[in-house]
Amino acid sequence: MSKELIRLVDCTMAFDGETVLDSINLNIKDKEFLTLLGPSGCGKTTTLRIIGGFLKPSSGDVLFDGVRINDIPPYKRQVNTVFQKYALFPHLDVYDNVAFGLRAQKVPEKEIEARVTEMLSVVSLKGFDRRQVTSLSGGQQQRVAIARALVNRPKVLLLDEPLGALDLRLRKDMQQELKRIQKQMEITFIYVTHDQEEALAMSDTVVVMNEGLIQQIGTPEDIYNEPTNAFVADFIGESNILDGIMREDYVVETFGRRFRCLDKGFAKDEPVDVVVRPEDIDIVPVNEGMLTGTVTSITFKGMQYDVIVDFKGFKWLIQTTDSPVVGDRIGIKIDPDGFHIMPRSKYSGLYGDYSSFSEEYEELSDAEYIPEDEEGALPGGDV
Amino acid sequence: MKSRSLATPYLIWMLIFTVVPLGIVVWFAFTDSVTGAFTLGNLARMGTYLPIFVKSLWLAVISSVICLAVGYPVAYYIAGTSPSRQRFFYMLVMLPMCMSFLLRTLAWVSLLEDTGIINNFIRSLGLQPLPLIRNDGAVVLGMVYNYLPYMIMPLYTVLIKMDDKLIEAAEDLGCTPTQVFARVTLPLSVPGIISGLTMVFVPAVSTFYISQKMGSSGTTLIGDVIESQFKAAYNPNLGAALSLVLMAMVLLCVAVMNRFSDGEEVATI
Repeated sequence: MSKELIRLVDCTMAFDGETVLDSINLNIKDKEFLTLLGPSGCGKTTTLRIIGGFLKPSSGDVLFDGVRINDIPPYKRQVNTVFQKYALFPHLDVYDNVAFGLRAQKVPEKEIEARVTEMLSVVSLKGFDRRQVTSLSGGQQQRVAIARALVNRPKVLLLDEPLGALDLRLRKDMQQELKRIQKQMEITFIYVTHDQEEALAMSDTVVVMNEGLIQQIGTPEDIYNEPTNAFVADFIGESNILDGIMREDYVVETFGRRFRCLDKGFAKDEPVDVVVRPEDIDIVPVNEGMLTGTVTSITFKGMQYDVIVDFKGFKWLIQTTDSPVVGDRIGIKIDPDGFHIMPRSKYSGLYGDYSSFSEEYEELSDAEYIPEDEEGALPGGDV
Repeated sequence: MKSRSLATPYLIWMLIFTVVPLGIVVWFAFTDSVTGAFTLGNLARMGTYLPIFVKSLWLAVISSVICLAVGYPVAYYIAGTSPSRQRFFYMLVMLPMCMSFLLRTLAWVSLLEDTGIINNFIRSLGLQPLPLIRNDGAVVLGMVYNYLPYMIMPLYTVLIKMDDKLIEAAEDLGCTPTQVFARVTLPLSVPGIISGLTMVFVPAVSTFYISQKMGSSGTTLIGDVIESQFKAAYNPNLGAALSLVLMAMVLLCVAVMNRFSDGEEVATI
């Protein structure tokens, strides 16, 4: 788990003068499950393709086991890929698809048979040998693609949004399955996804990317609990991101009030971004509240209610099992560990206000029923 | 039901211009040219024409294979270039087809004949003129030239539709560029190859004009014989019998070729 396997040094990628990757530095350890996470166009797939050998970085180096591999073509790399839409060979059946890589390397047929059979059982496709790949379901094709890559015993498996085409239920199952396979095979997985939930559930290390830059590298817990900037805080889970000023160590001021927090090391009176996760906010009676606001909308989400509360025009998302009523004045209480303080970045002020969220919600409601008079309409006009 | 009724005009067209004529051909093939009575005599004479049938098939096979050998790299190259270049090259391939088939063949004659452009040039260099025309090679050249676009088009279509990810997957799995071609690109272009071979072979085996203009008396093809039965010898019954046998042979060849495509959908233009 500790040995370094792949290192990207100042990797920059530009297509037609447009920078897609901007000086990426990344160390990938042996046998770890690393996820490149970010919105589309953030450079995550480009990074994966550089590691796979399908792209050469415009500048910078790719090191594999300490050896520079920039100019090594894909077929000479100890890396295999599970492609986004599987890219199974339609002219071959399941067995021949899985055996493809071994045949290319002229492995004896007897050994091929043993390895393919073993691998098909690893991905739970025993007995599918002679089925045509085009007749398989999405989940089964996915398993063939994984087996086809793993049978070559690569040191690294690259997975490019492999679960994107599957439905939610199957995706959850395959997440567990992939995690199990990774443990069983004891190899490095580099996984690309835009689904933060997937990234948190599966990874040892998450690399959050945006606009060709790495925003944060850390364990799922780090990324969620200690986001480095407003982009990460917003992209991973739900966040209320507030303007604040760090008055002194452990004291942050926002909304004109001072709160205790667990963060320190900022300059005195440094402007900061304050993250409060919706589940860290308790609803209390108005007189006990640290802040008071008006409930503007409530959405039932099964496990909890998503409550939008207006604090002086800034809308917060609060997740609670209580069910307040729209129009209520409520107080809120946040424990010191509910605050996370981040230095300002270029993303400050772009994220974390749920005004748009509530408007969207109102529009949806309006479409469902038309109130008979003004009073029946959902509040929110007082913003 | 509505969409079906739209096909009615064409079905009627087919009935009148395909099914009925085919019936007439069969009728002629099995009747005597003088008495009009039923006879197997026409078909019994096929043995006489066996060498010509063989020659026609042989030249058509050679032409098809050369078309494939020439057309595949061309189609492969075109499919691999940028879209704007693709349109340009595709137009170049199609362009000769916009000109009359007869004109194109006559143009070759004036190039290749003993007093043609090429031989005049050779003579002006003080060399012996070459026997470029009136032989099998010239006939094959004429066929390849005229039917090459029919090979390139289906190959191009099948290559352009091929998923780049499959090529990447093969590279990823350890295939050298040569192996990628042999194990992925080529097998996946089989439907295009079959289409191309069929579209070259079928017109080539029944051609008559090319062999008349570019061939010698030794390269009389079955198409020429059939033509002469209708125009010179005036024995339409024998001509019909020859056509029928030719058709049976062509269908047989196409059926055999389609076996190779393994039931896969044959690419069309």
